[in-house]
Amino acid sequence: MSAGSPAAAGGHLVPVQAAPGPRTGKRLRHHVVSLLVENKAGVLVRVAGLFARRGFNIFSLAVAPTHDPRFSRISIVVDVESAPLEQVVDQLDKLVNVVEITELHPLDAREAELLLVTVAADAVSRSQVIQLAEVYGAKVVDVGADACTVRLASAPEALDDFEEVMRPYGIRELQRTGRIALHKLGRET
Amino acid sequence: MELTGAQSLIKSLETEGVEVVFGLPGGAILPVYDPIIDSSIRHILVRHEQGAGHAAEGYAQVTGRPGVAIVTSGPGATNVVTPLANAYMDSTPLVVVTGQVATSAIGTDAFQEVDITGITAGVTKHNWLVTDAADIPRVIAEAFHVATTGRPGPVLVDFPKDVANATTTWQSPGPVDLPGYCPAGAPDPAAIAAAAELLRAAERPVLYVGGGVLKAAASAALAELVELTGAPVVTTLMARGAFPDSHPRCLAMPGMHGNYTAVTAMQQADLLVALGSRFDDRVTGKVDAFAPRAQVVHVDVDRAEIGKVRRPDVAIVADCRAAIDALNASLRAGGALPPERLAPWIAMLDEWRRRFPLVYDADSPGAGTPVLKPQYVLEQLRDATPSDTILVSGVGQHQMWATQYWQFDHPRTWVNSGGLGTMGFAVPAAIGAKVGRPDRMVWAVDGDGCFQMTAQELVTASSERIPVKIAILNNAYLGMVRQWQHMFYEERYSEVYLSPDLPDYVLWAEAMGCVGLRVTSPEEVLPAIEKANEIDDRPVVIDFRTDSMEQVYPMVASGSSNDDIVVHPSQQGIAR
Repeated sequence: MSAGSPAAAGGHLVPVQAAPGPRTGKRLRHHVVSLLVENKAGVLVRVAGLFARRGFNIFSLAVAPTHDPRFSRISIVVDVESAPLEQVVDQLDKLVNVVEITELHPLDAREAELLLVTVAADAVSRSQVIQLAEVYGAKVVDVGADACTVRLASAPEALDDFEEVMRPYGIRELQRTGRIALHKLGRET
Repeated sequence: MELTGAQSLIKSLETEGVEVVFGLPGGAILPVYDPIIDSSIRHILVRHEQGAGHAAEGYAQVTGRPGVAIVTSGPGATNVVTPLANAYMDSTPLVVVTGQVATSAIGTDAFQEVDITGITAGVTKHNWLVTDAADIPRVIAEAFHVATTGRPGPVLVDFPKDVANATTTWQSPGPVDLPGYCPAGAPDPAAIAAAAELLRAAERPVLYVGGGVLKAAASAALAELVELTGAPVVTTLMARGAFPDSHPRCLAMPGMHGNYTAVTAMQQADLLVALGSRFDDRVTGKVDAFAPRAQVVHVDVDRAEIGKVRRPDVAIVADCRAAIDALNASLRAGGALPPERLAPWIAMLDEWRRRFPLVYDADSPGAGTPVLKPQYVLEQLRDATPSDTILVSGVGQHQMWATQYWQFDHPRTWVNSGGLGTMGFAVPAAIGAKVGRPDRMVWAVDGDGCFQMTAQELVTASSERIPVKIAILNNAYLGMVRQWQHMFYEERYSEVYLSPDLPDYVLWAEAMGCVGLRVTSPEEVLPAIEKANEIDDRPVVIDFRTDSMEQVYPMVASGSSNDDIVVHPSQQGIAR
């Protein structure tokens, strides 16, 4: 880290990657910002309100308790073209209830997301839907007279693919949770 | 020992060293007002809650200590939103306690219920809703800690009535434990060394000083930095007085209505050292054209300011005092900087100052009788008052003339609304300033439009014997709006005329228990000021009837490059 870089002065940021790098040659619009927040009333509003008033765009957002009941984790997929990621992180860092911020570059992260989709499936197409679900590792969780509901937990890109595959059958309802992410583990000892 | 939640709150305020609070009681805050009778804390009863907030800001700006306001729920709380927003923009430490309906009634649209923590989340550093009286000592300690550390700012504590009435105990909260709140620490030595290196090499440096220098009490360190480097200084609207205007290296104020030399020095600089300043749009003009040849060192205690507007070459996240001290030590260790290295730059600045001083026409063309110029009033006031006089202003033309024509030679002698631009700030802020510094003379320069927004607080000043002095530069217009309509709307004046004598400011002042004076000609100016200076037992209001047509020059039009600064018409033929 260079002497002049803002993060050089310490603080409790977990420095990872300063900006979306052109490492793949393809510009990545999405970054996951993972916030460890105090498990208190109104914290989500403070985080969401900050995005709204600073004009930062949120692609998706997932909130849940952690293994420590004092804290929750908020995973936000940020549109890094709406604002420099560094500015988003620095402003989030000023929220008193935000304890730790980890920014995860997609190439450094294990990402996952959950999808539930209800697809039209009559007697003819039902077996096709079930077969395709098996191919993607999805699970049929409900079967009705003319539709079935399928659950898929996987990498967000796999969910995108699965959505496309299901579309021709007629998607009745679809719900995704927004992505969550953790750092990739190093293999060097 | 058992006590009520309200008593616990007052005890916590006393423990924090609070000497004065500004406030106005109401239903939900009633329990808190009972123990105030028995407290050592002085309570000043304002006439509108906005006045409480601005008075607390004025107090904080002149003392450096947090200002405290107590108001009731609902409309009391919403009335204090403007001061909170103002304090947030100007980084003024403020602790506001609002009453709230009982916890059991929250969320039921109860009488005078409003979600004030929700409303103020975007204009406070943090806020708290107290739901358990046992939490009071901890929450108040946290509130003062957050308000006063790092980049200072306002906080709000919402205090439900049943929590105030509950029986509790008071225990010292111990050290504040906020895992998500970590103000900047010591400056990074490598960044300091890099900044010192740039200062050594610079041929056209400018120290771009903002309000952070005042907040960090870094004026003495800054003076040493100027001694060591010989670099010229500009002081932004929020930093006037952080470096003395009388110093030969002081170029005074940059920005939209800054003087030619300060504005142009930044444009021509090869190095800008931003010290607690935030590249505000009123300073930079068109950002892409701002200081195009300058490398930038940015010192700020708030990491989020670094790179928000302009990406610096060297970033130093630290309190200005710590950073400047470290910079000075680094410069001293590296050996003396030969002063002659900046000689061509200083000569250029001096030449600009000679060619483009602040000027105004003594008379309006074609005027039959001598016209009273607002700048003349300010010059006379400046020269007839002690140099450590605290000057407070509202927002508009009078504010710009005040900062241009005053000579600020001491820190914390200039109190104004910078970031938010809150008309009506001056009267209540002057009251707070005088309460904070009763040993100083406090003058407010106000516009007639501003005065009408908050003048009723002079009733507060009279009844509390707070002898502030108010100079209304009464040009019968919303002058700054009129100036923009003159310049950018083809002189189509829309809803800016106010009348010079409706209301009658002298009668109004007298009705509020003040001495009221009127001045219509230049020769009456000094005698009226001298008379006001002698009155120390009540407020004084002088209605200066000034020229309606006067414009503020220089001016950089909104969104324009600072290179396109418009100087006074009499200077427009002068070669740059």
